[in-house]
Amino acid sequence: MNATAAMSEALTALTLALLLLAPMAIAGVALINTGLGRSRSAAQAMLGNLSLLAVAAIVFAFIGATFTGSLGAKEVVLHAAGKTWSILGLSPVLLHGLGAATPGAQLAVLFEFLAVAMLVLLPWGSGADRWRLAAGCASAAVLAAIVFPLAVHWIWAGGWLAALGANFSSGAGFLDAGGAATVHVVGGLSALAVVWIAGPRRGKFPKEGLSTAMPGHNAIYVLFGCLLALVGWLAWNLAGAIIWLHAPLASLPGTAINTLLTASGALAATFSVTRFRFGKPDASLCANGWLAGLVASSACAAFASPIGSLFVGGVAGIFTPLLVELLELALSIDDPTGAITVHGAAGLWGLIAAGFFAPQPGQLLAQLVGIAALLGFIFPLIYLLFAVLNRFVPFRVDPDGERMGMDLHEIGGGAYPEFVVHRDESYR
Amino acid sequence: MPAGFFLTLAALALFPDPGRRLAFVLCGLAVEAMGLVVAVRGHMPKRGAGHE
Repeated sequence: MNATAAMSEALTALTLALLLLAPMAIAGVALINTGLGRSRSAAQAMLGNLSLLAVAAIVFAFIGATFTGSLGAKEVVLHAAGKTWSILGLSPVLLHGLGAATPGAQLAVLFEFLAVAMLVLLPWGSGADRWRLAAGCASAAVLAAIVFPLAVHWIWAGGWLAALGANFSSGAGFLDAGGAATVHVVGGLSALAVVWIAGPRRGKFPKEGLSTAMPGHNAIYVLFGCLLALVGWLAWNLAGAIIWLHAPLASLPGTAINTLLTASGALAATFSVTRFRFGKPDASLCANGWLAGLVASSACAAFASPIGSLFVGGVAGIFTPLLVELLELALSIDDPTGAITVHGAAGLWGLIAAGFFAPQPGQLLAQLVGIAALLGFIFPLIYLLFAVLNRFVPFRVDPDGERMGMDLHEIGGGAYPEFVVHRDESYR
Repeated sequence: MPAGFFLTLAALALFPDPGRRLAFVLCGLAVEAMGLVVAVRGHMPKRGAGHE
């Protein structure tokens, strides 16, 4: 996949308009991150969403964009087994030459900026109520400078995964038009690394008995975030199909319908599973299911049939509540927003589904190789970088801060000062 | 997990036959899955210890 193909002015204008709607998805995820945390950490969570987004955009402009290779012809290559393996792109520094690039290349860079902004928000929600703002910003910088550019070059900018089709007759190379891999799987794996390094919230896993339920503080934020995310996701998947797959205009309504059907199928499945298991549908898990459907659609909405999209969403909606429960109850993983499941696992499922639905022969092999690269190289890299970062900028807030709440401890004021009564000890 | 990744790369480089290549890529993914299981078990917090 790459963005070098010529685009008509009309298609360029349409893609730009779509990309201007894509931040709705980021806003939706920010609301979900905030709503699924505690009320005493809500302002810090929302400020963190904004701050991480800003840090990621700045660092990506200064460092990350140089290594994606989206604006330049130079690349670092290895030669092995008679093939050329492009492992790193080399674009002009500080986005030099952006104005002179083709419209397609400029739109690709804009897409990457929005993608990195979304990516850094995903682990932020998983570290809710204990992850320090400074550490969150530092991790966003690491993701935007090192991890994301590597994934982008490999997948979107003509790297070795994109070239699997040409080099090894594996379909059209690794396909990820909507960012299921570069954004969501990388984000979900980053969330797992953060949760492991920061540890669970205080009191989450007591000495005896089941884990303590710590429900989100505002279901309305979460569910409205899901609606906002739909608008952004529709724009995101259509823009991705145009930029990375060079999809014709006539195919775009189908991609939009598939996106909606995948999310709807996922919500229906999660609703049914939670209704069956708990006697009543669970709002928080239904939101997770909806989002998991959207994430899965990022990988395969451009290829799947409407029935296939319903199936992909249905599977995502069934495993999402079960995996969220498994991670918490059996594996003691404290993930308040469920990002590991919703973005990581659903993203992987979407990528596999794309291998089945894409028309090119050998596509499944390309998708599996891409998944192996994400799990076997990108994830250890993220964990290593975060573990080193944790030495210099500790991820976890001190016990007093956690007891007090992140709002008072980190930003000196609560999100709901007129409605939340803090104990006296909170003001020490 | 990196061992599984390199097994996948080796499958690409060494086997021209698509069937055998797919089989070894699946082996690489299985190795990664085992690595993930070990990592998950290694990170499970002891009940009541640490951050409780």
